[in-house]
Amino acid sequence: MAYVAVKGGEQAIRNSHRLIAETRRGSPDVNELGLDQISEQLDLAVDRVMTEGSIYDRELAALALKQARGDTVEAVFLLRAYRTTLPRIATSEAVDTAAMAVRRRVSAIFKDIPGGQVLGPTYDYTHRLLDFALAAEGDPETAVLADEPLDQVVPRVIDVLDGEGIIEPEIPVPQDDVFDLTREPMSFPAGRDQRLQSLARADEGMLLGLAYSTMRGYGNAHPFVGEMRLGEILVEIVPEELGFPVAVAEVTVTECQMVNQFQGSETVPPQFSRGYGLAFGHCERKAMSMALVDRALRAPEFGESVRYPAQDEEFVLSHADNVEASGFVSHLKLPHYVDFQAEIQLVRQLRAERDAARTSTSENKEPAQ
Amino acid sequence: MENALPQGTGADTARADWIGILSRARADDVENLAAAHLADVDFEWLRAPHVGLVMVRGRAGGTGAQFNLGEMTVTRCSVRLPDGAVGHGYASGRSRRQAELAALLDARLQQHELQATLLEQVIEPLRKVESDRRLLASRKAAATKVEFFTMVRGDNLS
Repeated sequence: MAYVAVKGGEQAIRNSHRLIAETRRGSPDVNELGLDQISEQLDLAVDRVMTEGSIYDRELAALALKQARGDTVEAVFLLRAYRTTLPRIATSEAVDTAAMAVRRRVSAIFKDIPGGQVLGPTYDYTHRLLDFALAAEGDPETAVLADEPLDQVVPRVIDVLDGEGIIEPEIPVPQDDVFDLTREPMSFPAGRDQRLQSLARADEGMLLGLAYSTMRGYGNAHPFVGEMRLGEILVEIVPEELGFPVAVAEVTVTECQMVNQFQGSETVPPQFSRGYGLAFGHCERKAMSMALVDRALRAPEFGESVRYPAQDEEFVLSHADNVEASGFVSHLKLPHYVDFQAEIQLVRQLRAERDAARTSTSENKEPAQ
Repeated sequence: MENALPQGTGADTARADWIGILSRARADDVENLAAAHLADVDFEWLRAPHVGLVMVRGRAGGTGAQFNLGEMTVTRCSVRLPDGAVGHGYASGRSRRQAELAALLDARLQQHELQATLLEQVIEPLRKVESDRRLLASRKAAATKVEFFTMVRGDNLS
């Protein structure tokens, strides 16, 4: 039996790396991209890489995108790998999104909200027509400046407008510890902390498809956007050497509060239940999808039967991470010569047995003729 | 639940305020405003500048159970001046130089004879940069606020 050599290929791999480097650069007649250009002008791509790479650092995410030639999933992988080289300094206090310096804030359920409907930088009301003016260099239009800024405090819509308890309240629960996927393996049944962390890092495309499915008959969802907000929040830590809280950073986040009709149960009157989405940077599709899937995964809490993929936490959480998923799918490209040799032998044996069985059957039949 | 940037009163609060301002500022701004005040400072490292991660926590629905959202890069270091003053510096992101300047400033800001000058010439200008940036962003957002008006249907008019 032949044993297949699995060594070799070093020179081919080295040369492949050099070929990638040259391909990445593209035509030398074209200016090389700077990280600042990626960060400033492809900022939504950077935001997605930060969110799914699970590290807020614009420059690193821009570098990852440059290295991956714009491949989001590869860039996310690079960021996750880099993460393992850094020590954990601290865990922040829970951020207060009500204290956000708001740049966009809309509600689809209440028209008149304290602080108002603020569109901010949104594509929602654009025509989606290709703008050929962008193909030529030129100065863009400048933003309009209102005389007055927005209110300093823009409260969350649901917190202030639900006076009658018709929307489920979100109340802090006693937590000995908060689940951390970077330190503990996934386990089931998952708590909401594990689910939300997992969804926050999850692939946007996967979550979007799952979220869509819940509204198309695979989850009975009739959701509304209670509130979508974008802006900057402070991140506070309590350094051990200081012993008091310090707001060491300001980060941009997108927050989405979804509300969904709930028929009520023996213990709970009919009300609107909630799903929550929070993402680094400006990632509205991600935040909405996360909120919809969060709500779908809460089915058992509301006594709903778990019948569809989006409601099945083991299915969703085990498959929504694009680093794990692409790692597993991609490994199929690596040499499987030995595995396949074994499979070939098995198939040959099965074929031989099948042939033998047929021959003996026909031999048995012959005397009867 | 205040949207206002933290303002300090009391020793710890004042210190938390300036450490925070220095950490959130842009590295270039800290360099430009602080370097001249620290040119001749002698010091030893208690902890050399190093980049690490802070896990950022959120709450379900904004007010409910806590969960880990994701991490961010933060750089920190600690210094001791010859007179024994200890400074801790933080910098949002990965600038070791910013963390170093922040730690030196923290040490010097605790020295009463220097505090007023450093607050006035470094911390307050950095605070202004931050609040000006927020104000500008807020005014741009305010220009996109929807003004609803009620349509009057033609058939109701005689």
